[in-house]
Amino acid sequence: MTGIAGAAGDLLTVSDLHVRIHARHGVVRAVDGVSLEVPAGEAVGLVGESGSGKSMTLRAILGVLPPEAQITAGQVVLDGTDLTQLDTRQLNNFRGPKIAMIFQEPMSALNPVMRVGPQIAEGPLVHLGLTRAQAAERALDLMRRVGIPDPERRYRSFPHEFSGGMRQRVMIAMALACDPALILCDEPTTALDVTIQDQILRLLAKLCRESGTSLVFVTHDLPVVAQVCHQVAVMYAGRIVERGSVQEILTSPQHPYTLGLVGSAPDIDHPRASLTAIPGAPPSLVSPPPGCRFHPRCKFAEQDCQEIEPPLLLLAGGRATACLHHERCSEVAEMEGAGQ
Amino acid sequence: MGRMTFVIRRLLLLVPTAIGVTIIAFFMIHLIPGDPARTILGIHATPKAIAILHRQWGLNRPLASQYWLFMDRLLHGNLGQSLYYNVPVAHLVTSRLPATLWLICYAAVIAVVISVPLAMIAASRKDAVRDHIVRAVPLLGLGMPAFWLALILQTELAVRFRLFPVTGYGSGVVGHLHSMFLPSLVVAIALCPVVIRSLRASMLNVLGAEFVTTARAKGVGSLRLFVRHVLRNAVIPAVTVLGINIGFLIGGTLIVEQVFAVPGIGSLMINSIFQRDFPVVQAIALVFGVMVVLVNLLTDVAYAALDPRVRFDR
Amino acid sequence: MSAIALAPAVTERATPRRAHWYRQPALLAGLIIVALILFVCIAAPLFTSYNPDTQNLNATLQSFSGHHLLGTDQEGRDTFTRLLYGGRTDLRIAFIAVLFPFVLGTILGSVAGYFGGWVDMIIMRLVDIVVAFPFFVLVIALVFVLGAGERSIYVAITLVGWVSYARIVRGEILVAKRQEYVLAAQAGGLSSLRVMARHLLPNVITQAIIYAMSDIVQDILAIVTLSYLGLGIQPPAPDWGTMIADGQNFLTTHWQLTTIPGLAVVVTGLGLSLIGDGLADLLRPGQS
Repeated sequence: MTGIAGAAGDLLTVSDLHVRIHARHGVVRAVDGVSLEVPAGEAVGLVGESGSGKSMTLRAILGVLPPEAQITAGQVVLDGTDLTQLDTRQLNNFRGPKIAMIFQEPMSALNPVMRVGPQIAEGPLVHLGLTRAQAAERALDLMRRVGIPDPERRYRSFPHEFSGGMRQRVMIAMALACDPALILCDEPTTALDVTIQDQILRLLAKLCRESGTSLVFVTHDLPVVAQVCHQVAVMYAGRIVERGSVQEILTSPQHPYTLGLVGSAPDIDHPRASLTAIPGAPPSLVSPPPGCRFHPRCKFAEQDCQEIEPPLLLLAGGRATACLHHERCSEVAEMEGAGQ
Repeated sequence: MGRMTFVIRRLLLLVPTAIGVTIIAFFMIHLIPGDPARTILGIHATPKAIAILHRQWGLNRPLASQYWLFMDRLLHGNLGQSLYYNVPVAHLVTSRLPATLWLICYAAVIAVVISVPLAMIAASRKDAVRDHIVRAVPLLGLGMPAFWLALILQTELAVRFRLFPVTGYGSGVVGHLHSMFLPSLVVAIALCPVVIRSLRASMLNVLGAEFVTTARAKGVGSLRLFVRHVLRNAVIPAVTVLGINIGFLIGGTLIVEQVFAVPGIGSLMINSIFQRDFPVVQAIALVFGVMVVLVNLLTDVAYAALDPRVRFDR
Repeated sequence: MSAIALAPAVTERATPRRAHWYRQPALLAGLIIVALILFVCIAAPLFTSYNPDTQNLNATLQSFSGHHLLGTDQEGRDTFTRLLYGGRTDLRIAFIAVLFPFVLGTILGSVAGYFGGWVDMIIMRLVDIVVAFPFFVLVIALVFVLGAGERSIYVAITLVGWVSYARIVRGEILVAKRQEYVLAAQAGGLSSLRVMARHLLPNVITQAIIYAMSDIVQDILAIVTLSYLGLGIQPPAPDWGTMIADGQNFLTTHWQLTTIPGLAVVVTGLGLSLIGDGLADLLRPGQS
């Protein structure tokens, strides 16, 4: 179904991942056959609208799905180990030292009754066998690295005493605490002001460059991806519909959905006369439309789109797309001069 | 700074309630049908005795001035004179208060010790068999008369198997712990259903919270996760619930003290009812009322101490 | 552009929705238990030919037998009979006793919630004060003051018990009165009384009813405890509390005299609590 073999240098390989959620009205196929490769030292973006399954994918990788969700098929291979086969205790050895996660809403993602310093120090304390004092030292160090001013005093502060941007820096410090090789970011800047967003993104990009950490960056915001990532995968209705480098995706998308995303993203460098929204609404994940899941909203839809579920086709240069008529996108893109 | 003013402000808010409590206690005497003095004295109602009581309680005066007399005495620590023992009620109360306080605290501790692990067991796997058991068993406790349980435990564990003293308070700390175990257990069991239910609910609430996912994502082990993250947050609403139900705890001590003959103010109240010793009954009702008010204050303070967000929101 | 197929043709059966009351196991179990107990107590003459007061000094302190299902007490009275007739008394008083605070509390709570202002303040202040006393302390003090017996029980429970209903109803009304249907009724020129009675109350009463279930249990316990102390139902009227008191000296030899009435209270309480829980689950806006 994917046709893409993992390259030897890949840090993380997700193969054909399926996640089902048991809701009251049926079983939701939240992640329906997703495959992803994250090379060491690179940042891979995962873009899609809400409900596309991108957050679920991240949580499935780390094994922190909500109780009503389950991985029903697929593999998540990190450093040669399939994480889906591990139990909680074994997984805990990975969480922190090998792979960490940053969440979207830092106010609810931080323990409100625990001081910030000990929360950052908790990882090293549990995983690296440091003493309390050593872990505290390390936490202070991390706080400096992420740019929290006056760390000695702030160490003993509670989360609610920080601003949104500062809290997110705390989350980043927590993620970096045990020097993981991979950090999963679940829309870390969505809940922040635009100016703060920029700061946090720069911080993330810088830190990852410096320590060679890989990122999987989930967002619904295309321009954000452009700022941080090298590679991008676009998700729709629980599946990956396109993949490629950031440059390529933004300049010449090969899937109508990506085209729509690019077209609907405001770009201050290239103001356009009008933004084009994607008509319609995301499909039900309990019983998705037959054939290509995007076809009800797609302006290039043809007869075969309703019948055949397009596989992820490999294109030149490591690109991939799940559209049977992707050439149409190129034509349109050239005509409209899609922004970069 | 913030915490002090918080406590003081809460205290001030309690003043009207405290005054209201005294009004109700004061008013009880006027609910007595007929002439209170005569009714209370019953067969000892000689004209002289009636006249003495009338003077003591100021029954001839207008209502407001009676209340003033009552409050004046109260603020001087005078709770009246016991008709039965003929000593100041305040003495009786202070001599018997420690036993009741012991019972209340001991019962609260036992209730917590029983409830917290059970709630954790239930919340850790919602809707599983153990969850249903933990939720179902306390339903029996809700309808259980405390004195009945007291009688049974007393007969089995104290009389038959001689594990505990049958009655009394014991002497010395160890003696108290031994003698008061059964009474405190009974009171705790009466309290547990409510505490378990609300602890479980707040734990489930916390378990679904984002920061628990964060902690899991950090690879924090189950035990540490539960104690440092879940429990620490779940106790906050539970403390409030415990505080609200303190009335039940205290109310339960009355009959338990009676069955186990614990020399506390609860059994004093009941005996005084049998002896028709109105001043004592009135005074103890007042004391209980004040106790509840104080415990509510304590609960608020504890809540503020446990939840760091509170101080700043105020 | 074709229309989006959104109708969820469910591919797998998820947990069935619990919309029907008879599907709620707790509610069903509770109703069955309570119905059984009520039936047996009300139809007592069908189940026993003895009289609860008849003494038979030749047959005292007997154990279970064909003649006396649960044995006899120290005055030769049949325990089973006393149990059933005692249930009649206790349950009758408890069910009536819960009505007065319910009505009083609902009225005061509605007034407080609907009108707000100083009316609200006064009523809530009163609530705070009454709540400051432990329920049983105040009840027993009032019963003492008013004299022992059934009437005092009603008065005492009413004077003390109304506060919970007032709080609940007031809370519900505070929320409900902002709803559109209330504003529509008010805009239509309806009097406050009519708005409260016809529009608000029916929607607000469910929480009070749920609470009433646990309140009945509390009342039963209070009645039984008062009777145990001799301050409640006066002998020779049969009642579970008095039975427990009568039997307490025989606990080591004839345990059934005290244990069984207590069990009756426990089971009744269980049934009523199940009803309360079941109702609460049923009426709560659906959760997974």
